[in-house]
Amino acid sequence: MSSPPNQPRTLFDKIWDAHIVQAETKETPAVLYVDMHLVHEVTSPQAFAALDERGLCVRRPDRTYATIDHSTPTLPAGADGARPYATLAAAAQVETLRQNCAKHGIRLADWDSADRGIVHVIGPELGLTHPGTVIVCGDSHTATHGAFGALAFGIGTSEVSHVLATQCLLQRKPQRMRFTVNGRLRPGVLAKDLTLAVIARIGFGGGSGFVIEYAGECIRNLDMEGRMTLCNMSIEAGARAGMVAPDETTFAFLRGRRHAPQSEAFEAAVAKWRELRTDDGAVFDSEIEIDAAEITPMATFGTTPDASVAVGALVPAPRSDSESKALEYMRFEAGVANTHHDVNVVFIGSCTNGRISDLRDAAAILRGRFVKDGVRMLVVPGSEAVRRQAEAEGLDRVFIEAGAEWRLPGCSMCIAMNGDFVGAGQLAVSTSNRNFEGRQGKGARTILASPATAAASAIAGVLADPRTFARETEHA
Amino acid sequence: MPERFTTLTSSTFVLPQANIDTDQIIPARFLTTTSQKGLGAAAFYDWRYDAQGDLLPDAPLNTVDTTEHRVLVAGDNFACGSSREHAPWALLDFGFRAVISTSIADIFASNALKNGLLPICVGPETHARLLAEPGGRVIIDLERSELSIGNEPPISFETEPFARRCLLDGVDTLGWLLERLPAIEAFESRPA
Repeated sequence: MSSPPNQPRTLFDKIWDAHIVQAETKETPAVLYVDMHLVHEVTSPQAFAALDERGLCVRRPDRTYATIDHSTPTLPAGADGARPYATLAAAAQVETLRQNCAKHGIRLADWDSADRGIVHVIGPELGLTHPGTVIVCGDSHTATHGAFGALAFGIGTSEVSHVLATQCLLQRKPQRMRFTVNGRLRPGVLAKDLTLAVIARIGFGGGSGFVIEYAGECIRNLDMEGRMTLCNMSIEAGARAGMVAPDETTFAFLRGRRHAPQSEAFEAAVAKWRELRTDDGAVFDSEIEIDAAEITPMATFGTTPDASVAVGALVPAPRSDSESKALEYMRFEAGVANTHHDVNVVFIGSCTNGRISDLRDAAAILRGRFVKDGVRMLVVPGSEAVRRQAEAEGLDRVFIEAGAEWRLPGCSMCIAMNGDFVGAGQLAVSTSNRNFEGRQGKGARTILASPATAAASAIAGVLADPRTFARETEHA
Repeated sequence: MPERFTTLTSSTFVLPQANIDTDQIIPARFLTTTSQKGLGAAAFYDWRYDAQGDLLPDAPLNTVDTTEHRVLVAGDNFACGSSREHAPWALLDFGFRAVISTSIADIFASNALKNGLLPICVGPETHARLLAEPGGRVIIDLERSELSIGNEPPISFETEPFARRCLLDGVDTLGWLLERLPAIEAFESRPA
């Protein structure tokens, strides 16, 4: 239901209210208009098939943008030009999206496109992500775009068909949570560390039914990439979406992007975007506050993203059967430091941490050092644009000279459905977003951490605090 | 369009683990399909097969008869994580028609309802009783929004009213949305 016009409203309320095609009643959900629909190969084929069955067209191909990222190999094509897909099914899935996009006139960032990349990396990069808009995608990490003050959330494949056919969704209004982070992050502590601390505070299912607005001095001081990392993992606390009110940082990021408004239209848009903030006195259903200065580099120890402690801390005693099982799966012992175990794989990439600043953070630690013998390190840029920028800065050389593999853009080892995976029983330090059992491969054990921590761990061969390495660099 | 759901009398099947995520329900490597059919074969794959791909004969999911046990009772915070609709497709194809937990992730619940898999949230006491009696008899009456356990008086549960109506009456959600096209067109032609 819309808020009365005179009442102070939250950022979320303002966006929600502006997209109501038909108001919510007791009997029926709201019909909510979608400004931008992002599509990828995995969650769309059955939705296009549903349109075909009814002879329907895509209503707004101009508000739809597709890419290939999940099933795509990160190794280059062979001499014959063939892409090394993990399975024929994966290749067929990409081909299906290609055909669906051609048939319905949808823009597709295909293999030959300089724009291709992970859906949540390219949306902001191309300027498709605008403040105040509703953005959806058949992918739970769609909340990434909330970093720009958009209402962005993941949907299922049936809903993908709804949006393709009508540009609308049936939605009940979620509740509002404000998560305020006061103060500043200490040197060497990254947005990913903050993110893991936020999820630990809310709990794995604690955000269920909520849209979270991240606020406070620490959030204002985050760059756009840090805000994206934070919003990206809102789903890992169970929240539908996460968002940050747009500000000068947001506008500076978007200025000049290809699909952002241009010149005078941009200035006009900025004037409107400035209104997109929570009014004084607006009420949230839940409020949480933490102090940024208390956060140190964080790492998960269990099999849910909320189970994290500081790098170097002792693994806490389990409080339930599920937590005991998680430790058993991870082969970790309560009371033993989380830095105790040999690491087999380090993965840097994903829609959480596959952006240029993430690669810079990792390269800064790795420069002039070597990945420890026996550790496999994979660096996968989030998009072709990230790859080009990293190569222009020589970051690819830093990784390769350190002994890491430098790959083509894609989701890769985060979801492990393209042939990049962590072997059974192996321990990975990963900059991705989920440490579920088997997420990175059957039997894979995942520690989630920041790019700097992942790089430090690759050098040390065990989970390691990147600040140790940063100090050495300064003194060198 | 989903199968209608009115009443269901069935034995339960219990997976007591908390936080069963959708990667457990169907691992990502099975998502390269372009169909939504036949995914029951991949349901809980890593719980049913060993690292070599051999069936684990003692795994409860390999011995359950889902013609008898059509109601899955799962630990807290069921189906969290990925938005993959393959999860309810896999559970339905495996043979389940309803899932009961204390909390069920909202994207999954929304996906499940659109396919005729009924998600039911119950309080901790009811949940504890269901967990303690695997294979117990339950009756789910969606018209009355009631769950009966054994011979005890029924407990009421909530289902999003529109989704409930769709399941009871076989309403086609996309068709309903398509009927809203005049309102959608009017919205689109509003001055910016």
